[in-house]
Amino acid sequence: MIRIMIRAGLALALLLSAGIAPAAAEQLIVSLSNHRVLVTSSFTGEHLVLFGTIEPDAPRGPVRNNYDVVVTVTGPATSLRTRRKERIAGIWINNASRQFVNVPSYLAVLSNRSLEGITDETQRRRLQIGLDNFILKQRVGPDFADTVPDDPFRAAFVRIQTDAGFYREDAAGVTFLTPTVFRAEIPLPSTAPTGSYAVDAMVFSRGELIVQGNSALEVVKAGFEQFVATAAHDYGLIYGLITALMALATGWFASVVFRRD
Amino acid sequence: MPVNIFLILGMGLLVGFVSGMFGIGGGFLMTPLLIFVGVPPAVSVASVASHVAASSFSGALSYWRKNAIDLALGFMLLGGGLIGTALGVWLFTALRALDQLDLVISVLYLLLLTSVGFLMMVEGLRAIARARFGNPVPLRRAGMHNWMHGLPLKVRFKRSKIYVSAIPVWLIGLSMGFLGAIMGIGGGFILVPMLIYFLRVPTATVIGTSMVLTLVTMAAATVMHASTNHLVDAVLALILMVGGVTGAQFGARLGQRMRGEWLRLLLGVLVLAVGIKFAVDLVARPAEPYSIRVEETAP
Repeated sequence: MIRIMIRAGLALALLLSAGIAPAAAEQLIVSLSNHRVLVTSSFTGEHLVLFGTIEPDAPRGPVRNNYDVVVTVTGPATSLRTRRKERIAGIWINNASRQFVNVPSYLAVLSNRSLEGITDETQRRRLQIGLDNFILKQRVGPDFADTVPDDPFRAAFVRIQTDAGFYREDAAGVTFLTPTVFRAEIPLPSTAPTGSYAVDAMVFSRGELIVQGNSALEVVKAGFEQFVATAAHDYGLIYGLITALMALATGWFASVVFRRD
Repeated sequence: MPVNIFLILGMGLLVGFVSGMFGIGGGFLMTPLLIFVGVPPAVSVASVASHVAASSFSGALSYWRKNAIDLALGFMLLGGGLIGTALGVWLFTALRALDQLDLVISVLYLLLLTSVGFLMMVEGLRAIARARFGNPVPLRRAGMHNWMHGLPLKVRFKRSKIYVSAIPVWLIGLSMGFLGAIMGIGGGFILVPMLIYFLRVPTATVIGTSMVLTLVTMAAATVMHASTNHLVDAVLALILMVGGVTGAQFGARLGQRMRGEWLRLLLGVLVLAVGIKFAVDLVARPAEPYSIRVEETAP
């Protein structure tokens, strides 16, 4: 009899503890307007839209209303070398260099307000939020490491990539349509590198990360552009022969059209 | 490449016009112009090569119809020319890996254009002064022989009526092929004087023959650059070609109406100006001292 009572008590306690446990947080559902971007000869860049809704995990679960969202989009990894010109004997010569290894060819950090306002520096660093905190691996001597954000090579790298439209940080890139529904505009430049892109959305509330969601998209070259790009790279010899023949044809054509004798 | 298509076409027309006016290939103006509007030097050189091939083929065809080409001499120049082109493309690739290609292209242009431009300008001014003050100094009549005629391995070229050693012929071909591959120039403006001065090639065949060399070395350079460095931009090249050959027709018409010495003075000033621009760019503090290049091979 006592045994039964203990059992019942345990069951009750379990039931209670389940009930009063901190509600599993909200869940995030994201959806991209387009998962496949075709780069054709008329491609002048595109804005993709990411929609997201923040929902309670269980029906009637608690929903907060002070959400912040950071969306990080990373393009295919690439290795780049940054060179610095230095004045040697009066002229500017490429001298020191730093290799950036497997860094994203495209990197956009979009948020609904300034990253400093969303969460503190420790969190930003831990979650790699923002261009300053995203780890850009560099070959420094024998080691691979990222440097401080104001390292001259790193700063120049980010600056050049930003000027080219490949990197960006936009504190107005995410807008809330309702307190729980947001949209983020992902701008892809006309020179967007081809390959697969990862889209990672993080929802914060009062400086704490509460839920994450992700999606992916692919940029592919299509049609004539694709043909020319592959031909130039994979069939260099044939590409060169065709270009040379094209030159001869143009020259011959001109000599026929403009013949004066 | 984010460069305006109409800008490129306009530049093609303009350079074509100038090249038609002066009877030159125009590569030494086209490549710098592309570099100045922001096309990477390596891509400019590789793509202009095909443009030069087009314009020299067009020229060579019309000289062929006039029977003004010494094929035997052309083939021997080509022997050296193709070796030089291969060497040039090899050096181009090696310098690119060291990130020093742009510097070498700029320095070569600076040296070549300022010296050639200066000489042309001085020569043009002298000719004008002579014409104005009416005491025509007879052109120093070149002797029938110079030291080059003492070299061994002599060959007779019937069409040009010359009997010269094969060594300078091969060397001239080699140097032109080499410069052409690195700088994206046909080099007619250096080649023609060299052929006249060193080999005594008569005016009847010199231009046609030089065009044969330019045509083949530049076509070869296009193929080699495309297969090793993947830098040839066929679309850019086609726009340049179309603009170039069209502009050349109008330039040629104007050129025929201008006095020779004024033409040379004008060309000298133009060449010198482009050379000085290279000098300024090398010495001036760059707006962005850093540059980024995609590594061909990821580690």
